[in-house]
Amino acid sequence: MADATATLSRPLFGRRSGLRRLNTGTAFGVGLATLWLSLLVLIPLGAVVWRAQEDGLASFWDAATAPEAAAAIRLTVASALIVAVINAVLGTLIAWVLVRDDFRGKRVVDALIDLPFALPTIVAGLVLLTLYGVNSPVGIELAYTRAGVVVALLFVTLPFVVRTVQPVLLELDVEMEQAATSLGASKLTTFRRIVLPNLAPAISAGTALAFARAISEFGATVLISNNLPFKTQVASVYIFGQIEADNTVGAAAVATVLLLIAIVVLFGLDLLQRWAARHA
Amino acid sequence: MRFIALGYLAVLIGLPVVLIFWRTFEHGVKPVIDSLSDPAVLHAFRVTAIITFWTVLLNTVFGVGIAILLVRHTFPGRRMLNVLIDLPIAVSPVVVGLALILVYGKFAPVGGWLDDHGIQIIFSYPGMVLATMFVTLPLVVREVAPVLEEIGTEQEQAAHTLGANGFQTFRRVTLPAIRWGLAYGVVLTIARSLGEYGAIAVVSGRLIGQTQTATLVVDERFQNFDQTTAYAVAVTMAFVAIITLVLINVLRPKEHS
Repeated sequence: MADATATLSRPLFGRRSGLRRLNTGTAFGVGLATLWLSLLVLIPLGAVVWRAQEDGLASFWDAATAPEAAAAIRLTVASALIVAVINAVLGTLIAWVLVRDDFRGKRVVDALIDLPFALPTIVAGLVLLTLYGVNSPVGIELAYTRAGVVVALLFVTLPFVVRTVQPVLLELDVEMEQAATSLGASKLTTFRRIVLPNLAPAISAGTALAFARAISEFGATVLISNNLPFKTQVASVYIFGQIEADNTVGAAAVATVLLLIAIVVLFGLDLLQRWAARHA
Repeated sequence: MRFIALGYLAVLIGLPVVLIFWRTFEHGVKPVIDSLSDPAVLHAFRVTAIITFWTVLLNTVFGVGIAILLVRHTFPGRRMLNVLIDLPIAVSPVVVGLALILVYGKFAPVGGWLDDHGIQIIFSYPGMVLATMFVTLPLVVREVAPVLEEIGTEQEQAAHTLGANGFQTFRRVTLPAIRWGLAYGVVLTIARSLGEYGAIAVVSGRLIGQTQTATLVVDERFQNFDQTTAYAVAVTMAFVAIITLVLINVLRPKEHS
């Protein structure tokens, strides 16, 4: 899967590739694309932000800070942060093993990494509930707990860090590491000072994507959390409940908060990558 | 280190996959076949297939178009378009559903106008297709654009000097060159469309036998204690997911593998 966030910082005006025709054809294409994007993405998202403040900014603030809403947002962000950190570490580890190690069935394992992306989230949620639910065959009961939410999020965010780090690891020049080792550096030092700086942009990109995905996740968490307000209810489930209760202002308010968080994270990542590119 | 990685994967991915197949076929194959033969379930599969078909078709056409626009042309606002394409990644599916309802719902500006003319968006196919198109928007674009950049314009320019018009150039030069990137984007779109749940749950109204998709069936049957059917449909989708998984890994651009 192409790295969406990396594309954000890809210099568009650098390479002058392509036929440059500022003629009616291009204008028509741009017009069509703009219309398409507006009808599908911009206007609907704008409507969410609009609805959130339609009854006034005070009402927006009240809706966003209502006890149940605030609890849901706190739980969502906290879980997403935990999941992001775990993914940053384990994702890199898994990518390392897949690139540098060799064992029977490696290709199958490599393929399975994408399963959380190919599997419907509700199916993942059902499966996780079966595994860690009330009649758990492995004896671990996580249903209706925050740990259950974290496990569900770990499942759906698995591919992100792994798939952004893998290509970078593949292209990494092992000679630098070999030079470091021959000069007496321990494996840990080599990793810390040679490999990690090269991997850092990819790890942070994948982690940001995992975070953005984790705060938005709905299908995988809705079953295992059982939607207990104040305890295991994540923001997207709260929004869903508000829509069902026809409280679109409340839903829009929390949705806007989520959108803002996601934009901040992705924008911050873009800045980080541009800073890293300049200081590389 | 290998053991930590493999152990984590085995617990996180392996266990659930094994369990779902085991739990579904615990009582044999016949209950599964019976569940899947339920008219409502079959209808749900058909709904999912129709939505996926239209989403893939529309997003492929526009995806290729936008990719060509981004790579082969310059115009004011190109960078903004590039950023906006990625926006759907950051939006929660439930928010997508909410957004569409606020614009295309019966009591909303655009939706109300359309409703007066007999066109229903929300609680109907158009709304569900729109929702699925939203979440899959970047997929084709992000796979075709890099290929377009990589192949360069020499062949297209050559065709142009030999007298081919724009459409001929596209059909005979560009399209064959991007076909693997395009295929990969299409498979990703299919996988994502089949599995969409949150946005569909909001815009469809979840009307059983009418606007219920396969993913909605899993949830509804589970909530109504019909675990057999829920698992049966879930396993079917898991099976399809594994097939798309194989396709994804076969078609993945080589520099990623």
